[in-house]
Amino acid sequence: MGASKAPARPRRRDDRTVAWLFLAPALVGFGLFYLYPTGLGIYYSLTDYGMLSAPNLVGAENYRDLVGDDKFWNALEVTGYYVVLNIVSQTVLALALATLMHRLTQSVVVRAMLLVPWLVPNVTVGLLWMWMLDANLGFVNHVLGALGMRPTGFLTSPSWAMPTVAGINTWAYAGYTALLLYAGMLQIPRYLYESAALDGAGEWRMFTRITLPLLRPILALVLVVSLIGSFQIFDTIAVTTKGGPVGATRVIYFYIYEQAFTNFRMGYASAIAVVLAVVLGALTAVQMRLLRASRSDLA
Amino acid sequence: MRSTRRRAGTLLLCLALVSPLGACAGSDNSADGTTTLDYWLWDDKQLPAYQDCADAFHAANPDVTVKITQTAWAQYWQNLTTQLASGDAPDVWTNQSSYYPQFATTNQLLDIAPFVQRDQLDLTAYQPGLSEVWVKDGKRYGLPKDWDTMALVVNTDMLGKQGVDAAQLEDLTWNPVDGGTFEQVVAKATVDDKGRNGLDPAFDKNSVQVYGFLPEWADGANGQNGWGVFAAANGFAYLDQNPWGTHYKYDDPKLAETITWFKRLIDKGYAPRFDQQSTVANSELLIAGKGAMTVTGSWTILTFTDPRVKQKLAFTPLPTGPAGRRSPINGLSDAIWTGSPHPEQAWKWVAFLASADCQDRVAQRAVVFPAITSATKKVVAAHQAEGRDVHAFTDVAEKNTFLLPITEHGTEINPIVQDAVQSAILGSADTGNALKEANNKVNALFK
Repeated sequence: MGASKAPARPRRRDDRTVAWLFLAPALVGFGLFYLYPTGLGIYYSLTDYGMLSAPNLVGAENYRDLVGDDKFWNALEVTGYYVVLNIVSQTVLALALATLMHRLTQSVVVRAMLLVPWLVPNVTVGLLWMWMLDANLGFVNHVLGALGMRPTGFLTSPSWAMPTVAGINTWAYAGYTALLLYAGMLQIPRYLYESAALDGAGEWRMFTRITLPLLRPILALVLVVSLIGSFQIFDTIAVTTKGGPVGATRVIYFYIYEQAFTNFRMGYASAIAVVLAVVLGALTAVQMRLLRASRSDLA
Repeated sequence: MRSTRRRAGTLLLCLALVSPLGACAGSDNSADGTTTLDYWLWDDKQLPAYQDCADAFHAANPDVTVKITQTAWAQYWQNLTTQLASGDAPDVWTNQSSYYPQFATTNQLLDIAPFVQRDQLDLTAYQPGLSEVWVKDGKRYGLPKDWDTMALVVNTDMLGKQGVDAAQLEDLTWNPVDGGTFEQVVAKATVDDKGRNGLDPAFDKNSVQVYGFLPEWADGANGQNGWGVFAAANGFAYLDQNPWGTHYKYDDPKLAETITWFKRLIDKGYAPRFDQQSTVANSELLIAGKGAMTVTGSWTILTFTDPRVKQKLAFTPLPTGPAGRRSPINGLSDAIWTGSPHPEQAWKWVAFLASADCQDRVAQRAVVFPAITSATKKVVAAHQAEGRDVHAFTDVAEKNTFLLPITEHGTEINPIVQDAVQSAILGSADTGNALKEANNKVNALFK
């Protein structure tokens, strides 16, 4: 209402009211779905809330329990392992794909195809690979068997399970990440490549000397976003391994889920979630700092 | 700016107020004095039978309508707990023995002992032992509705080809040292890619086509579908007392011996290695002809005898161990929520569900064994009429059963014990130590 009247009335130019009005829908959403639950989560983490009984304040007890909970530390470790595997493989693959698209083909079809795995819901991806990788009935082991190799329990062997999950998610997300990087590469002025070519630089040299340095801010953003996303791995594991075998894929999110919705220890689960948020905040800050993400060399 | 902020605040408040109002708007007490009871269950196969009961109940009590909601097992308990937490739970729901303690201790279940006493319900009509599962500290939290026991399911075609006939399967023996006649049968049923069975000196354990036995390792703290049954046959007892014990005995060497025997079975190639096993359920593998034998529960009778199953599968009794033939018996009950606005009507419905009238209707469909002994006979007759032999489940139910643990902290104990058993089977930990360590963790929960 205020917004439609405002331009008609001559007055001191101050857009702040209007700005707030435009921000309001987002703010309401943010407040209702992020700020309020976060506050509630922090409060619950200080209680013994068990869903069926009223929460009682217990101070820092949940956090003290966390320190001595080897499953929690194991979950952090397992998550870290997954993040490293996933981020490295996904970023390298995405960079390669993006460079190929950038330097070789501008085909829209190819670009669209890269997005297909990303469009498939994660639960479907999980089920699909679970069947294909099955030790007994799966297609992949059938092929391996035909090549004379012994069947591998990709998702049932403790040493294979996590690399397999990381591989599945790399398959699902590399295309999307590649597209983000490709968009970043399009911002790099063409003449740089032309002059480099005139100076006799090869593709590899152009990649390391032009593409990578100038892509840095985008790469940093993509890394931060995928790192946070990677830490939140849940659905693929909930579908394929359920945290097993023997806790080999019990990542932090799955542990939170188990505590909250299997053991109904909401207070404890909230405490883990708060710790995870702090860890992610710190990691993001470090990363932004290291990659000088807010400054571009193009400017 | 101030006014906008206030407006935004109002909007927020509206949103916060409106949604819960909308959620609780559905009152179940209509103006004309009729009542609608919400009833939850998880088994889609049982839904038609209980709908039949609900219709019969409504015919006898026209002022009460029962609305049944069926939710798959995987979501059932989470949905229920969320509904309980939000104060909008079903009036009556199907309870399971390892899940119910947490609802009992948090005062979510109505004590029906006064109703049972008032209406002088005959508790001896039920399969012995079933009704006492639902009693804690003198309070009764449910009436038994059905039960299940375990048996072997075997591929008779495959065993027949190896010269094992049905009569031999009736009296198998087992012990953790040499596996008894059971292990002999498992060995014969294991066949490699050249068609040699497990007893053939040339048997190649690295290229097994059909495994003689499919063990279940994702089996929580009970091992109901595998190790628990064999451990019990070896004389293992989970607890100091059951139900409501407070000290577990997973460090019992009898359990370790059993797990070690399974490990040997795997080493010999008669069962799939843990890290090379399928993610597909054992029942599916058996149906696909990838295994010859496994332990199964009576709730799977219709799955294995479905006419579309190409393999010829039959149910045979569990092997007899040093401590005899032992099967867990597990029952379900119907519970009333303490927050139900219609406890009297809810009780009427629960009593009807546990009555011969309703259980006979369930029996006709032969999906489960009803808790009332007279109805059980009807199920057996219904199975026989269809040519299904279920004596392996019913014989053992008569005398050789034991209860699965009913204690607090059930959901927390499950992953601790399951991880220990799995790491022992993998060989990544010494069996005895892994179980001892798990047992300490489990018992620490009760301190």
